[in-house]
Formats: sequence, C-alpha cells, structure tokens
Amino acid sequence: MRRRNIWLCSAAALAYAFLYIPLIIVVVYSFNDSKLNAEWVSFTLSWYVALFNNQEMLTAARNSLIIAVCASFCATILGSMAGLAMNRYKLKFLPILVFAPVAMPEILLGVALLLFFLQVLNLTLGMFSIIIAHTTFCIGFVAIIVRARLQGMDESIFEAARDLGASPWLTFRLITLPLIMPAVVAGALMSFTLSIDDFVITFFTKGVGEPVLPVQIYTMIKVAVTPEVNAVSTLLMLLTLTMIIIATKLDSGVLRLETKK
Amino acid sequence: MALLEIRNLTRRFGDFTAIDNISISIESGEFFTLLGPSGCGKTTLLRMIAGFDLPDAGQILLDGKDMANIPPEKRPIHTVFQSYALFPHMTVSENIAFPLKMAGSAPDQINSRVKEALDDVRLSNLGARFPQELSGGQRQRVAFARGLINRPRLLLLDEPLGALDAKLREEMQIELINLQKERGVTFVFITHAQNEALALSHRIAVMNQGKVEQLDAPSRIYSFPKNRFVADFIGKISIMNAQVLEASPSHLRLSVAGLGEVTAPSKDGVKPRDTGVLAIRPEQVRITHHTEEVELKNNFTGKVQGFLYVGDVTTYIVELPNGARIEALLPNSAPGSAQFFETGDSVTVSWRQDAGTFLND
Repeated sequence: MRRRNIWLCSAAALAYAFLYIPLIIVVVYSFNDSKLNAEWVSFTLSWYVALFNNQEMLTAARNSLIIAVCASFCATILGSMAGLAMNRYKLKFLPILVFAPVAMPEILLGVALLLFFLQVLNLTLGMFSIIIAHTTFCIGFVAIIVRARLQGMDESIFEAARDLGASPWLTFRLITLPLIMPAVVAGALMSFTLSIDDFVITFFTKGVGEPVLPVQIYTMIKVAVTPEVNAVSTLLMLLTLTMIIIATKLDSGVLRLETKK
Repeated sequence: MALLEIRNLTRRFGDFTAIDNISISIESGEFFTLLGPSGCGKTTLLRMIAGFDLPDAGQILLDGKDMANIPPEKRPIHTVFQSYALFPHMTVSENIAFPLKMAGSAPDQINSRVKEALDDVRLSNLGARFPQELSGGQRQRVAFARGLINRPRLLLLDEPLGALDAKLREEMQIELINLQKERGVTFVFITHAQNEALALSHRIAVMNQGKVEQLDAPSRIYSFPKNRFVADFIGKISIMNAQVLEASPSHLRLSVAGLGEVTAPSKDGVKPRDTGVLAIRPEQVRITHHTEEVELKNNFTGKVQGFLYVGDVTTYIVELPNGARIEALLPNSAPGSAQFFETGDSVTVSWRQDAGTFLND
C-alpha cells in the first residue's frame, strides 16, 4: 500500500472544491422553488418550463446552435488541413501563424475582427460575422489536436501506402483520414463547445440583430440572477460536458492505439 | 540486361553529398546487400530506388526503363520498412490485401491469394488480428507477406531485422533466405550489421560516405578487403603498419616497424617501398606458449594483454614488442585439451604466409 500525503490530498480537494462548488450551486438552485438564490425551499421544474416558454431565449439558443455547428464544421475542415500541412512541410512560421489566435487575448481578437468586418469588409454584423469569427479562433484548436495525432504516428505508414500502389489521394482517403479521424472528431467537438459558450468575441461581432445564448444570459443577469439563468446555465453545462467527455474518450482511444504500436 | 541499373547516381543535401556518383547493377534473382555504417547513404539510395526521393544526377533503370518520372506507386518495387509500417487500422488480412486492391484485382482472387500468403508465413489463424496484437516476429512476417504478394520485380528491405532480438533475428535470417529462394524475387537489403550481410547475400556493396568501397561476394569481401575501411568494418581484424620490401608474383615481403620481416600473399598493383598496413584476421593467427617450437616463418613473441571468453571461442589480445596489438582466436572445441593462457603469459603468435592482406595507404 502506498501512503497518501495528507497535504497533497487536501490541496487537491480544495482545488476541486473551488472549481466545482459554484457550478454545483448553480445546478442545485435551478431546481429551487424560490425566486431568490438564498435558501433551499423545495424541488421544482418550473424554471425549466419558464425557460422553454421564453421565446427570446429559445431564439438565442437556436442561433447559438446554428453558429456552433457552422463554425465547428468550417474550423474542423480548415484546422485539419492546417494540421496536415504543419506535419508535412515542417515550416517554422506555420505553427505560429495557426496557433497565434489560440493564445491571443480574446478581447484583442474581438476588437480586431469587429474593425475588420466593419471597415475592411463593410459587412453587416450578424450570424454570418459571428460564424467567421468563431471559425477563426477554433481553427487553431483543431490544428493542434490533428497535428499531435500525426506526430505520434510512424510516417513510413504513408510512404508504405504509396509504395504498395496507392496514389496520393487514395493514401489520404484509405490511410491518413481514417487514422486522424478520432482527432478530427475530437477537434470538431472541442470547436463546438468553444463556439457555443464564447462571450467576448461574440459580443464584439454580433451586432444588434440576432440574440445569442451567452450574450442573452449576460443581459438577463444585468437585471437579476434569476433561477431561469441557473436553468439555462445548467443545460449549457450539460451540453458542453457531454461534448468534452466524448472528445476525451476519443482522444484516449487515440493514445491507446499508439502506446500499443 | 541487368534488372536494376544504377548509373552515376548523385544526391546532395545542401553541401552534404549523401550519394556520390554511384554505379551498381543488380541481376534478376539476386540477394543484394548495401552494407555500411549509419550515414553512409544506403538509406538515401534505397529511397531513391523506391521513388521517395529523386537523384540530383544520374539514372535508375529498371528492366532498362528510366524510373525518373515514375512515382512510387507506379514502380513494380515494394519496400519492407524498418518499422514494418503496417496499417494500424487494418487487420493482418487487410494489410496483406492492400497491394492487390490497389492493383485492382478481383475480390475472390484477393481472398484466395491472401489466404495463401498467410499460410506461407505461418499466420493462417491470425488474419483477423490487428498488427498491434502481434509479436515483433509476426509483424515482420506480415510485412514480408504484404511486400511480396504482388510479386514485385524488386523487394527493398530497410534493416527489417533491426528491431528483433538476437535469437529471433537468426531465425528470421534463415526464413528470409528461404523466402527469397522460393519466390525468386530480387532482394535489395540494407543493413549496418556485417554478419547479417555476410550470412544473407549473394553480393555485398560496402558503402562509406556516399561511395561504394567494395562490391563483391561475401567471402571475397571478408577474405580480401580492398581497403582499410572494408577490412575494419567487416569482422575483426588486427592492423600493423608495414612497408613493402619486395613484391613478387607469389608473395610480398613486408617490413613491419619494430618487428621485422613478414611474408604476405601477393597483390596486384603493389610495388616495393609502398607503405600501408598488414591486416590479419584473429582466426588466422595461432597462439602457442613461447617455449613451444613453431614451424611457421611469420612468428613473433609477445605478452597476453587480455582475453575474451565467449563460450565457443576465446579471443586473446597479444601485445608485440613494437607495441602493436594482435588478436588470436582459439576455439574451445575440445574441453579439457583446449589450451588456455592468462593475462601476462609470454606467448608466440604465428600465421601462414598466405594469410593476411597488405592494404595500401
């Protein structure tokens, strides 16, 4: 038996407590039959009912889903291509170029995109501009995951395919794509979760027309933190959590394949 | 006509010349080995034959046809990679079927050919497994089966035995020789292990710094190394500085500094006053007690500096009066009657006049 270090354990416990207790409180109060987030009264689903009758909230949720699906779709394709290119061409500046938006402060990216859309492209802000903005910062995440997957692979596999008679396109379709697929899907899910709850960049690039979920939630708490906000947050959390769990499942599957090789 | 003809091939990476004007021709049905230390250019040469890399100058001809503009997938050449490069998302059967599928064979024909190939490499019941579920030796055999199934004109083998342990490697060497004989496919094998090259090949090209140092049958390379590099690289050899006193068609008379005269086999192109080295293999050197009468004329006394006992044989390192060291191999074939020497013993080393080689500087 290994002896556990008591300090290490309590430090870990505290860290997790700080991380998760606020989240748990949000979830718990979304089921509380009281308008105030102060004390537990009794269990109710009425906030969820109210939520599903709130037309504005539903529109915001629908818009956010459309944006997340479109942005993650575009980012996955472009990001996978970037990952493949970085692995093949080994250029020094390419990774910097692709990863920079990931590390860039969001507020900077938000302002830059806003100016670019308005002054350079003369674009009317709305769903379309948000999709472009989200695609921009998601590409880097997909590229990181796809490249990591490729880096762990034996490159002679791709040469072997060519050597045994496959054209470059068939090599991609039969060997490369199936092998990077777990990373591509993980990247897509990651992009989806990043897009659906992004506030800062969305706030700058949304314009005045369509409501979107994170901004809608922010508008609601400006008045008061109602249990309805708790309810929508809980649902959002559930969605993101599911995506993250699937993504990590795929990723660990990837790792398993490699260590066995 | 040779099957593969390499003509004045050169490949440079920046100002480093990886392949320096090499010409080799390989006959059909041959087991040909490119042998050399890492960085000698053998892998670069192999990659150019396969089509993964292109030469800066020179030609590669297969059946008389220039391969310059032919991509790897269109060359009737397959490669067995050092890492085996099996496709991890395909079963063993699917891996072996891959070249046939790419060639557009009919599905029922593919199935029967794959079954046959699996039987040939004794993996009949493992067809449904994935490569990562196999042992190293089994993966190796899948890689051979996959490389051979399409009956390529040429099979390139890139140190395929490098990742196996010694015992398994010996088994696979025998399997490889049989496989090559059965299929009649021409093999171009690359390795840095000289014993592997000697054991497997019909002919060996010893490479160093992008050049071919010697191209010959294994026994000729071992017995008659052309220069100091080949002598040093292949097997164990003792080397002593020497100068030619007399060169006759039957023998050479050499003067070894600090020792005296040695008689060595004659060699073309060697003239009196040439300087170089006398190279002699440990198994050609006899070692006896200094008191014992020796009938061989090439004999010198020395002191045992140390020995290496490896079971079947013992190698003794003897220091001669001139400071040179010479190795002598003594078989331990007759237990009890085998002679043993200790460090510090005074001994006589001797060798026949037709043993050893003089190598010009």
